[in-house]
Amino acid sequence: MKFKSQQIAYWYFAAALLFLCLQIVYGFIMAFAHMGYDVLHPFIAFNTARAVHTNLLVVWLITGFMGSAYFMIPEESDRELWSPKLAVIQLIALVAVGVTAVIGFHFNWWEGRKFLEIPRELDYLVVLDILAFLLNIGMTIFKGKRFTSTALVLYMGLLFAALLYLPGMIDFDNQTRDSFYRWWVVHLWVEGVWELIMGGILCYLLIKLTGVDREVVEKWLYVIVGLTFVSGILGTGHHYYYIGTPRYWLLIGGIFSALEPVAFLAMAIAAVTMVRKGERKHENRLALSWTLACAILSFVGAGFLGIAHTIPGVNLYTHGTLVTAMHGHLAFWGAYACINLAMIAYAMPLLTGRKLFDTTGSLWAFWLSNVGMVSMTAALAVAGVSQVMLERRMGLDFMTVQREIEVHFIGMALAASLFTLGIILYVLNFIRYGTPKWEGAQ
Amino acid sequence: MLSKSQAKAFFIGGTVIFGGIFIALTVDSMRQVGARTHEDKMTDQVVRGKKIWEKNNCMGCHTLFGEGAYYAPELTKVYDRRGAAWMSVFLKDPEAMFPGQRKMVNYHFNDAQIADVIAFLKWCGEVDLNGFPAKPPLRDLMSRPAAVAAPQSVSSKPQPAVFQAICTACHSLGGQGGTVGPALDSVFARKSKAEIAVWLADPAKVKPGTLMPKLPLAQEQIDSLSDYLSSLGGAH
Repeated sequence: MKFKSQQIAYWYFAAALLFLCLQIVYGFIMAFAHMGYDVLHPFIAFNTARAVHTNLLVVWLITGFMGSAYFMIPEESDRELWSPKLAVIQLIALVAVGVTAVIGFHFNWWEGRKFLEIPRELDYLVVLDILAFLLNIGMTIFKGKRFTSTALVLYMGLLFAALLYLPGMIDFDNQTRDSFYRWWVVHLWVEGVWELIMGGILCYLLIKLTGVDREVVEKWLYVIVGLTFVSGILGTGHHYYYIGTPRYWLLIGGIFSALEPVAFLAMAIAAVTMVRKGERKHENRLALSWTLACAILSFVGAGFLGIAHTIPGVNLYTHGTLVTAMHGHLAFWGAYACINLAMIAYAMPLLTGRKLFDTTGSLWAFWLSNVGMVSMTAALAVAGVSQVMLERRMGLDFMTVQREIEVHFIGMALAASLFTLGIILYVLNFIRYGTPKWEGAQ
Repeated sequence: MLSKSQAKAFFIGGTVIFGGIFIALTVDSMRQVGARTHEDKMTDQVVRGKKIWEKNNCMGCHTLFGEGAYYAPELTKVYDRRGAAWMSVFLKDPEAMFPGQRKMVNYHFNDAQIADVIAFLKWCGEVDLNGFPAKPPLRDLMSRPAAVAAPQSVSSKPQPAVFQAICTACHSLGGQGGTVGPALDSVFARKSKAEIAVWLADPAKVKPGTLMPKLPLAQEQIDSLSDYLSSLGGAH
């Protein structure tokens, strides 16, 4: 660790992991409800569990991104953070807003728009918080001694993520218009600007871990984020097939969604090649494993499983079924959860001065969580495809089909248990590292 | 080989070009959405219904236009499928309609709110969604012998309006209707008029644990239904 203010990242990582654990709890509530055991229904109805599960996902990933930025940017800019104090206040505010939102969901306080359930009053606080964050990072870069492409791409990702939050706050009376702009936030976040953030972090990790020349890695970063935007912006069209928007979106969305995996494939190939060619054998192999898992699983989950149901003729039957949940799980895990866990795995030894990366626990954490998530995806795939065949193709009643596929949620819960065990081990390892120690610049 | 500045130009150029196309298409889509969604029919009642829909996070379980969660039925065409009468009975007490099955929160809507929600869902059902939800292509291939073989039940009595509005959601008659409950073609042979009336008043009292809900039927409706069903054999 080169700069004292990088330590702030630790608290962001800790908060992110805490939110992740809570997210998993609500995931189990939903899996049991799908199995037919909805005993918690009077207290935590399904829509509450669902809103908590998805919003905590967004909150923990963003908290992790912020932590990653606070760790990376001082090093990339070669100076201390502009205002460490603001970074602390900003974290406390973020956690407070997140917790308030989650509690509110239990009392029917929300907006009821998929993924953007946070009530409007809290939306303004989120915007303020993100502005404070962007100011802090922006000033650090601006006043820095060095200006890198990695920092630029990361900052652009964060800035656009903040800007794109705004269309989600416009009110429309027409459901179609409402949905149209909701996807500006949701799609352009996860299949657009978040990939800039992910690309920036991935790039930083590859430079540090493989020893490949910065110029080469950053060149590929531009190619990858270029491909992401070329395909991803018009790829938004796959959300506009069947919501009341013109027919040409079937064609445009179909073509550009088919191109979306190319960016992920390029990322996977670039990462694997760099790891093979890199001359440096960094001792933190665990961080490297998580980095590779990110590059490869994001291709499988976001790229391949995405295209598997964005073909318009297929999507006509899979739209609004568990097939979407199947794709969502591996896509978010591969692309955004893994990059955060990679960054935490890389940063912790540097923050605390302890080298716990080749412990048995951390290795099991890696394998159990990844195998668990792939198995969960498989269970959801079986449930989803069965639902599509029985309900959408044969025309059986919704609830009849739901009872038929209950059994697959037992598989889902078993796989999720494996996954949870992995995450518990990851968190235990995180706790064993202890809090950051500053022993002067290294 | 590609240089870093060329790669950067590709990123910025690509983003600007495709971002520009996206904005242009957005403008055009917004121009067309008014007609495609019949915005002229979007009354205040529809808008109030949408507010209720959002206020209670209905998308947290259901899908609408295929968007939402996958725990409860897709509601785009629910108005065509169920009709207003069934929906108002259901929304009064959702669990009563599906006893012992997957639960829906009872939001204790008043009659005006229920009418708003129904108006909103009716409007949604009329939006041009490019063919979604599709008609199940394999449905016709699966034989439904009951539908073919069922005799046209004859009754001397007129069919009460409530029969089509509520009963056929779960029961069939002459092969037409739902498959949740038994077909009613030969119910006259199993139950007398009086027994049907007692059953309709409170099914669980006659057969504890039955899936048949206690419907909020008026006494005249019970009378006309039991009269109609018991006369299906044509013998009376």
